Amino acid sequence: MEGLRMRRSPFLFGLHAKPRLRPVLGSLLFIVLISTYLWASNARLRENENDKFMPSLRQMAEVMYVLSYSPQELQDGETGVVAKAGRIFHGVMSSKFFGDAVASVRRISLGVGGAALVGLLIGLNAGIFPGFRAIMMPFLTTLSYVPPLAVLPILLIVFGVDEFSKVMLIFLGTVLVISCDIFYTTEKIPREQITTALTLGASSLQVAYRVILPQVMPRLLVLLTVCLGSAWLFLISAEMIAASEGLGYRIFLVQRQNKMSIIIPYILCMTFLAFLMTRLMHKVIAWKYPWYNDDKS
Amino acid sequence: MNDPKKNLLYIGDVYKEYGQKLVLDNVDLSIREGELCTLVGPSGCGKSTLFRLILGEEQPTSGDILVDGRAAGFPDASRGIVYQKYSLYPNLTALDNVLLGKRLALWPWASYARREALRREGMAILERMHVQDHANNYPSALSGGQQQRVAIARALIMRPRILLMDEPFGALDPGAREYLQVFLLDLWQEMKMTILFVTHDLEEAVFLGTRVFILSQHYSDGRGATARRGSKIVFDQALPRALTTDVKRTAEFGELVSHIREDGFNPNHRRHVTEFNLRHQDSFQTLRDEELAK
Repeated sequence: MEGLRMRRSPFLFGLHAKPRLRPVLGSLLFIVLISTYLWASNARLRENENDKFMPSLRQMAEVMYVLSYSPQELQDGETGVVAKAGRIFHGVMSSKFFGDAVASVRRISLGVGGAALVGLLIGLNAGIFPGFRAIMMPFLTTLSYVPPLAVLPILLIVFGVDEFSKVMLIFLGTVLVISCDIFYTTEKIPREQITTALTLGASSLQVAYRVILPQVMPRLLVLLTVCLGSAWLFLISAEMIAASEGLGYRIFLVQRQNKMSIIIPYILCMTFLAFLMTRLMHKVIAWKYPWYNDDKS
Repeated sequence: MNDPKKNLLYIGDVYKEYGQKLVLDNVDLSIREGELCTLVGPSGCGKSTLFRLILGEEQPTSGDILVDGRAAGFPDASRGIVYQKYSLYPNLTALDNVLLGKRLALWPWASYARREALRREGMAILERMHVQDHANNYPSALSGGQQQRVAIARALIMRPRILLMDEPFGALDPGAREYLQVFLLDLWQEMKMTILFVTHDLEEAVFLGTRVFILSQHYSDGRGATARRGSKIVFDQALPRALTTDVKRTAEFGELVSHIREDGFNPNHRRHVTEFNLRHQDSFQTLRDEELAK
């Protein structure tokens, strides 16, 4: 029987590897990072209990509790569980942390959402109508060389230091990427599909908005997740310079006091938000666009 | 002899050049209603170019293309189309693909109000195509032959004056291909359609067609050796009606195929423009004086 059977079974690494226990392997690096941190933090705090650089989990939790819950007194005549829950809810809602998160998420949603809408319209029409392409593409390609962050001072001068300039920075930073990508996605759709639509009696606008647009939508959702990274970058930069609330504002404010116990939870929170948005987008794609195959485009 | 301009499709004195390259060189063609015409030719002869001109995707450099007596113009619902690839919309189910044309003609609320009637109409034609079981599947879940049947259904539901097919079975395996050939013949007989079928497969052309054209650059004329030349229709003949695939194995069939191959595909065998085999009753040829010289 020698030789009939493979003598070596697949290894953990290498071309033919068949890693079992994938979740365990996947969490390996997380475990290493977290346990290293906890160990180092513990060691530093034992030496000096006022050390601020590596706060313990407990210290972080305490600080975050204060930040994310401002206790509210029950008002006269209020009794019962519902009123209590209402007070707690109100306490969370009026906390600094919640205010920061809402402000940041709103800025990102407005900026990226606006960029998605405008980028979709520009990219789609440029991809389908040669005249519009001739007008838009040279301009957009040139604009895309402008570093968006360098434009921030102009935005602050022109639009002031309030919400609009922050949203505008996120918008400007992502709209070109979205326009260009949607343009290439649209352009890659075979010419035959457009001709076929015309032979089915479609008008030019119907070709664009009833035949091609639905095919581009899932790509737009993927792009939103891709742009989220740079959107956070622009958000935090804008909040650093001029803001009175926001996740990015807060971590730069407390940086002067070396308050790692706030910075680390805030970063975790931003990471979680980005993760959540990405997951949500993929769920929407799988639900609304089951035909969409991500590898293709 | 009837007036070729009165036929369903008329192509007269059509030239098409791309820069210095002349692709179509005084092409004359007319197709009457109800025929299943097949167009063959050696690769690079301009079949696809001629096809795009008829479809309206491109315009001829000079000459007339009339559909039903009117200039062909841009692609519209008078001409249906079935391509070899990318034929279905990947984001629509088979049924939605078929109904797309009907829905485009209606405002969204009107097509919503008529959704049941539309669905029945779509299902009926899918049943005729034997793909009703896949009505709610996306194209990626269909085989190549099923996709092409849905594509044919989608074109036919709009009742085009002429159905243009560009190597529709070219990407299929031999079994599916033969099945669809017979299927198309049945459909054609049943619905009395006019079809122009482009293929590079001679056997397919001879088997399917009631009439076969060859577009070829291999011919000779009086314009001298150095003149720019493009392709012409060098062969145009009516064919006997095939009833089963068995005819493909008969001697006459093989003879006809090799005869066509010799006339159209052999670069060393060049007929003079005045001696083309243009025996079909609707065939016509307009030659210029310089071409006529021997």
